[in-house]
Amino acid sequence: MAPALRSLSVAPNRRIPERLEYVEGWGMAVGAFASVLRPRSVEEVLECFSLAAQRGHPLVLRGGGNSYGDASMNSRGLVLDISRMNRVIAFDANSGVATLEPGVTIEKLWKTILPLGFWPRVVSGTMFPTVAGALAANIHGKNNYAVGTIGDACLEFDIALPSGEHKTCSRTQNPDLFHAAIGGFGLLGCFTRIVLQTKRVHSGDVRVSAASPRTLKEMMDYFEAHKHEADYLVGWIDCFSGGDSAGRGLIHRADYLEPGEDAHPEQTLRVAHQELPANIMGLFPKSQVWRILVLFNHDLGMRSINAAKYVAGRLESMAPPYRQSHAGFAFLLDYVPNWKWAYGRRRGEYGLIQYQPFVPHEHAHAVHSEILERCRRAGHVPYLGVFKRHRPDPFWLTHAVDGWSMAMDFKVSPSRRAELWKLCDELTELVISAGGRFYFAKDAVIDASDAARFLPRDRMAAFAALKHACDPQTLLEGDLYRRAFREWIDNNA
Amino acid sequence: MSHASSPSSTSAGAPHSGAHATDSHGHDAHGHDAHGHDAPAPAAPARRAKERRAIVVGASSGIGAALVKQLVREGVDVVAVARRAAQLEALAHDCAGSPGRVIPLTHDVARFDEVEAAFERAVRELGGLDLIVYAAGLMLEVGPNEFDTGKDLDMLGVNVGGCIAWLNPAANLMRTQRSGTIVGISSIAGERGRKGNPVYGATKAAMNHYLEALRNRLADWAVHVCTIKPGFVETAMLAQARAQGRTIKGAISAEDCASAILRAARSGKNEVFVPFKWRIVGFVIRNIPSFVFKGMNI
Repeated sequence: MAPALRSLSVAPNRRIPERLEYVEGWGMAVGAFASVLRPRSVEEVLECFSLAAQRGHPLVLRGGGNSYGDASMNSRGLVLDISRMNRVIAFDANSGVATLEPGVTIEKLWKTILPLGFWPRVVSGTMFPTVAGALAANIHGKNNYAVGTIGDACLEFDIALPSGEHKTCSRTQNPDLFHAAIGGFGLLGCFTRIVLQTKRVHSGDVRVSAASPRTLKEMMDYFEAHKHEADYLVGWIDCFSGGDSAGRGLIHRADYLEPGEDAHPEQTLRVAHQELPANIMGLFPKSQVWRILVLFNHDLGMRSINAAKYVAGRLESMAPPYRQSHAGFAFLLDYVPNWKWAYGRRRGEYGLIQYQPFVPHEHAHAVHSEILERCRRAGHVPYLGVFKRHRPDPFWLTHAVDGWSMAMDFKVSPSRRAELWKLCDELTELVISAGGRFYFAKDAVIDASDAARFLPRDRMAAFAALKHACDPQTLLEGDLYRRAFREWIDNNA
Repeated sequence: MSHASSPSSTSAGAPHSGAHATDSHGHDAHGHDAHGHDAPAPAAPARRAKERRAIVVGASSGIGAALVKQLVREGVDVVAVARRAAQLEALAHDCAGSPGRVIPLTHDVARFDEVEAAFERAVRELGGLDLIVYAAGLMLEVGPNEFDTGKDLDMLGVNVGGCIAWLNPAANLMRTQRSGTIVGISSIAGERGRKGNPVYGATKAAMNHYLEALRNRLADWAVHVCTIKPGFVETAMLAQARAQGRTIKGAISAEDCASAILRAARSGKNEVFVPFKWRIVGFVIRNIPSFVFKGMNI
């Protein structure tokens, strides 16, 4: 064979697949070029740590890349993308226990288990995060007030540490590492096997009903009145609306069906029943819908869309409850592929940030109302506002409080970027003063001194100690670490 | 990590599986030579290019070299990739004083396993990537009754293997950054399976197919892929054909070809024959029935 072609079969000079890419937060407002490593086994994960040490470049861990901000990007080093370790290792259809490689996506998980009559206990609004990313961020769903975060559904995990160790953790085995790594944003080690408890369901559908509160107070009252019996509750807020109707919106409640309620569960549990439609009205491909949304991506357009949605919500609230597939209800963010491109596709200049303060129950109404008012006064009205009820959990750096969060999507443009960040700083002050917290998967603006004010002091010290033990050379650090962690970790050294 | 080092110090002891093949068969590429008609620096200020950073693979002579010269005249920084270090140095020397930089990168495109690292080094040196042109090509002389697998696979390696090895990482990078232009220099020879050089034509047909697929794949990511199909261009490849006794008229210069390529790429054209008349030739050739084509001596 000719020498030129023989090279085709030569092993690449980089043993672990590695490629230069532009790695950005999901909201596109932050990003950087980085070499992305894609290990395929535990051994290769450990090898990535050695490689980072050898090259003297820090490493950040990345799953599906769905964190809005800089949680999984690294402007000064390497990125370890876990997505190639994506096998479902085992699923016990009696107990509902799923044993997964870290790169399994929520999509792959539900598609594997739903036909067997199970659904993940906690899912995000999109199905594309990996379970490792979800666990590292300790994601919550629309049922956070009822079942907690994904960490609460995790029974056990294995984690590879930069120190070279490979440990199994659970509530009884290495419990400190268990409670610190869940919600630890990949700063302690890389999950290599995750065991999750899933939930038995008796239908592929849920029963959905809508309510249309005219104020934020009405919305909170509805949640409080229904939180004990509703399986899922999620509120949408028209952030453009002020005055007497500030905080008006739409609530969706969903409940699992009891055995026997669905006459044909074998039909509804099929993946095909769950799939979101590829076309709108059977014709227009959804993949191109973002191009239409571009036309509305300004204050006037979004004010109109929000107002129209509110009116549609009022009508929906008068209609009787209806059935919707699990995927259809859970993954609202996946209805329009790449809808974020409506915020601009140009790299690093445009996009969106999400800002999601978590405020304790007693101050929630006052603080969230004030936030909405300040946004309107500043002329930075969120184009999307989502309201949820939360409960505390035992994970060290958790964002969850016994209270309420409002996730707000802000448009980022080069000319108004600085003033948006300034507004967020003001809001952060308001939130922290009220005992609130933030969620790093959604955040792009909090600095380390803010973080040190809302994280519990004892947990910060314990986390810093674990960081030094698990990662003595500080190999695991990305932009989020440098922005919101390093200072207080160093101070606790 | 590699980004500290300069791309000009390329990898390991270099090449040369492909080098042997090419040298021993004495051919070259789209190859070509600028043959002394290096264009002087233009008197008028150069047009400000829309790109700022480019890679040209197959830059040591012919269309590739002409592209490098034109880009740097317009202020673009270019990593010029080629196997022959001396010619790259000469090119860099010729371009000294231009508004853009030429960064030579010695690399044999048939060393597929070295491409990812070379590509990364090039992009890091440039600080990003707006345009990549794959201009490397190999056309070996093939006799009418010759079926030499070695020669054929060498052409396959340079024209197809190298093209895929370079454009895959570029496509992936541009997809993630949602911008950029990819240009592949194919050939009119890919339009039909002519008896003259079966595998050269087949490699160009493969390139066309691959580039079209990349174009469709990357369209949603705002990345443009442009396929160029040159006819006769005054290059070493053409000189080689003339030396074999073929009469070739109406060839355009490599500089004119380079200008046409950049115009086409910048105006978002998908597939361009250079010069235009070859579009008509291509149309005719594609539509000759097989039973007629079999008997034709082209």
